[in-house]
Amino acid sequence: MTVELFRIDDRLIHGQVVVGWGQPLDIGFIVLVDDTVAASDWEQELYRMGVPPEMDVYFHSASDAIAAMPKYLAESRRGILLTGDIATMQRLVDGGVVHNVNIGGIHSKPGRVQRLRYVFLSPDEESQLRALATNGVKVSAQDLPGARDVSLPDLLAGSEL
Amino acid sequence: MSSESSPSTTTSAPRAIVAGHGEFAAGLVSAVQQITGRGGQLIPVAVHQLSVEDIEDLLRRRMIEHGVRVIFTDLQAGSCTMASRKILRGMDDAVLVAGANLPTLLDFVFSEARPAPEAARHAAERGRAAIVVHGVAATGGPGGGEGR
Repeated sequence: MTVELFRIDDRLIHGQVVVGWGQPLDIGFIVLVDDTVAASDWEQELYRMGVPPEMDVYFHSASDAIAAMPKYLAESRRGILLTGDIATMQRLVDGGVVHNVNIGGIHSKPGRVQRLRYVFLSPDEESQLRALATNGVKVSAQDLPGARDVSLPDLLAGSEL
Repeated sequence: MSSESSPSTTTSAPRAIVAGHGEFAAGLVSAVQQITGRGGQLIPVAVHQLSVEDIEDLLRRRMIEHGVRVIFTDLQAGSCTMASRKILRGMDDAVLVAGANLPTLLDFVFSEARPAPEAARHAAERGRAAIVVHGVAATGGPGGGEGR
């Protein structure tokens, strides 16, 4: 077993992750990589209370996560790694520990354009995703296991809207 | 985008927010209205396509607008619950009930004599107790019957 999914989702731990992916993949742990949450005991407790008791949650800053990844990749259980933004996932890619990126949810904010029902991107964020793909990372969008896996070109074209 | 709706008739002022995935809130409030005519006590809030920050902002605005201190959500792991817990941090007089169901809300709207936070706590217990499994299990496991 290993980390099954490297997901960018600005809601971090929520129903789609815990139930939608967690149950069919039989997920035993979540690695939540976020500098803010990693520095806040209260926020960690908030997210821990959102998962069932049999599921572990581990918190890391982006820099700590790179060093910790071998341990998670060697886990006997299946896991999901979450970041809340593209920039944090980019740092993990740069650290050589991520080769496939799932875009699970990036929601509406000023400056972003809707590309998919659950994905809104600014021009800078689109450039970041293109850079990931150029560096050999498979990038696609899929909110749930049963949904269509939308390739990066289709996502950026907005053809699935 | 967010969407909200109010029942066509109300019997009293809003006392709580209901929030959750999809049309969970509107559906439950509609059911409460149909059964009791008291759906006006509940403010349904939908959060389609919103970030956690925007959900938090929306729920906080609704709480202030309506002066309510109770939030019902659908799922402990859900974004609405996460956002609500952030809002309620430090609000000692406020209550969040995660995992709310129709019996929970029915009990709440009939508990007008109690302060809303107290009514919410009572309603949560009633909602928990209202889940009943009918039928005889055929697996033979603990508590399961072999058929009688």
